[in-house]
Amino acid sequence: MLKFIASRLVQTVGVVWLVATLTFVLVRFAPGSPFDQERNVSPEIKANMEKRYGLDQPVWKQYVNYFGPLIAHGDFGPSFKYSNRTVTEIIGDALPISFEMGFWALLVALTLGVGAGVLASLRRNTALDWLPMSLSLVGISVPIFVVGPLLIVTFSIHLGWFNVNGWNEPADRVLPSLTLGFYYAAYFARLTRGGMLEVLSQDFIRTARAKGASEGRVVLRHALRGGVLPVVSFLGPALAGIVTGSFTIETIFHIPGLGRYFIQAALNRDYTLVMGTVILFASLIGLLNLLADVLLAWLNPRVKLD
Amino acid sequence: MPLVAEETQPPPEPFEAPPILDVASHEGEAGHSLWQDAWARLRRNRLAVICGGFLIAIAVLCFVGPLFTQDPNAQELSRYITAPTWEHWMGTDTHGRDLFARVLAGGRVSLMVGLCATVVSLVIGVLYGTVAGYLGGKVDAVMMRFVDAVYAMPFIIFVILLMVLFGRNFLLLFVALGAVEWLTMARIVRGQVMALRRTEFIEAADALGLPKSRIIFRHLIPNTLGPVIVFTTLTIPAIMLQEAFLSFLGLGVPPPDASWGTLINEGAKSMEEYPWLLLFPGLALAVTLFSLNFLGDGLRDALDPRASKD
Repeated sequence: MLKFIASRLVQTVGVVWLVATLTFVLVRFAPGSPFDQERNVSPEIKANMEKRYGLDQPVWKQYVNYFGPLIAHGDFGPSFKYSNRTVTEIIGDALPISFEMGFWALLVALTLGVGAGVLASLRRNTALDWLPMSLSLVGISVPIFVVGPLLIVTFSIHLGWFNVNGWNEPADRVLPSLTLGFYYAAYFARLTRGGMLEVLSQDFIRTARAKGASEGRVVLRHALRGGVLPVVSFLGPALAGIVTGSFTIETIFHIPGLGRYFIQAALNRDYTLVMGTVILFASLIGLLNLLADVLLAWLNPRVKLD
Repeated sequence: MPLVAEETQPPPEPFEAPPILDVASHEGEAGHSLWQDAWARLRRNRLAVICGGFLIAIAVLCFVGPLFTQDPNAQELSRYITAPTWEHWMGTDTHGRDLFARVLAGGRVSLMVGLCATVVSLVIGVLYGTVAGYLGGKVDAVMMRFVDAVYAMPFIIFVILLMVLFGRNFLLLFVALGAVEWLTMARIVRGQVMALRRTEFIEAADALGLPKSRIIFRHLIPNTLGPVIVFTTLTIPAIMLQEAFLSFLGLGVPPPDASWGTLINEGAKSMEEYPWLLLFPGLALAVTLFSLNFLGDGLRDALDPRASKD
């Protein structure tokens, strides 16, 4: 187990480095410069600014200058666009917000999704089965950037229950988390139902029932552990999806999270901020995938980690 | 008497050869039965058939419709923002453009991007997977290791960077989206080919000394068609969703052309006062994605009866 985690961590570091290098090359060779959008900048001033940020040097030297301090003491460098702020500061402000939103969204997805899936599997071929399953099919097909605005129109504008956007009051968490969570709840519900149906037909469930275990105990203690395995297998891609889903959600709801900064930074050619956010996203996705695999192995002893 | 009535019927002819032994008439249908079976199974899934019909209707409407509607990009300020009427079925937008015409033209772009990028992913994925699976050994190990490595990358981030840095253009969009989606296709096809490689007809082809390219193109690829078709049906909505996602962020299809994603983006900006600008394109995209997903599920059940239904 530890050997598996160690080798996967090494692999993740390799992938992150590859992603960072590719991004670096892509950003440097793309047309445009961070200082294009400044108004009326004379060539001398522009040259001065580029010199200040080391952009006048050859690309390989810029590469060394960027990765050197990053590896030595985790310094992501100064932001090109938000003057006087370092990338580390911006990430420090934005990351907790994105984390919190991802956490609530995952909570919504797991409770609603697994709950609906278990219910559907226990009441197979009744209204309690096909209603949630049809809803989940709809949920998978309606993109979050349609659901989000529709929820805003309904609950914020017409009913006035929530703020239209922002991330200040506790109530501001509700709509973004629901929007992102619903989508994955739909997937989880279908996966849970399938997994539960398979487990419920097995002998050990019949044995448990024969021994007189209550229905609740049979479902929660015996069946659920095997029934949620498909959900856990899908957890890696789902977590990655929740991370990238933050690009859309944070744009729709004007949340100052990491996804929004990434898009803005790319549009602004804010090289260091792009690099910082990309490195963070790549590491996050790698680590979350690893976490999902470990969780899967823990729940299902038949899965061999190697 | 009932007995008499029965005797008037022509007696059965038990010695007539059953049609299944009629080799001559059966020969032309060799290999036909899988598809016939699949078609029969698919037809029984009524909702999947409805979805299929609906998709054909949408495609025809989007590709032929714009010939008969108004110019989707024609601005007329006199009809600046009107709610749906008989003249403008879906109303007009903030530039006085007819939304119905724009939804149809946008659908054409969305479907085209979905189809073209899927073809890109199909060609790369099928070739890559077949070669890896057929050659096996070290070549396979290296090729699949590469797929694993690329799989671990947050590809959508690269697509976003590409679109931002090199500008919005159609060709880049196809290639970028197709390049993301071929990985799964390659894995599926490789699995199929690994199983096929050990079958007798491939061994026979090898023994006959057929060139590898001929074995790959004539014998292997046609036999992977079932899973490939199913996965293709599911790739189209995935890519359309990606395109809409990019267009929603303002990074997809370049203006003044519209796709469903850009229309949703525009609609979301003015949804407070004019909700129909969001509602109609959103509905069009959602229903199309739903139909494609459902048809893909139905095809999977039809082509592979062993696959569990959820």
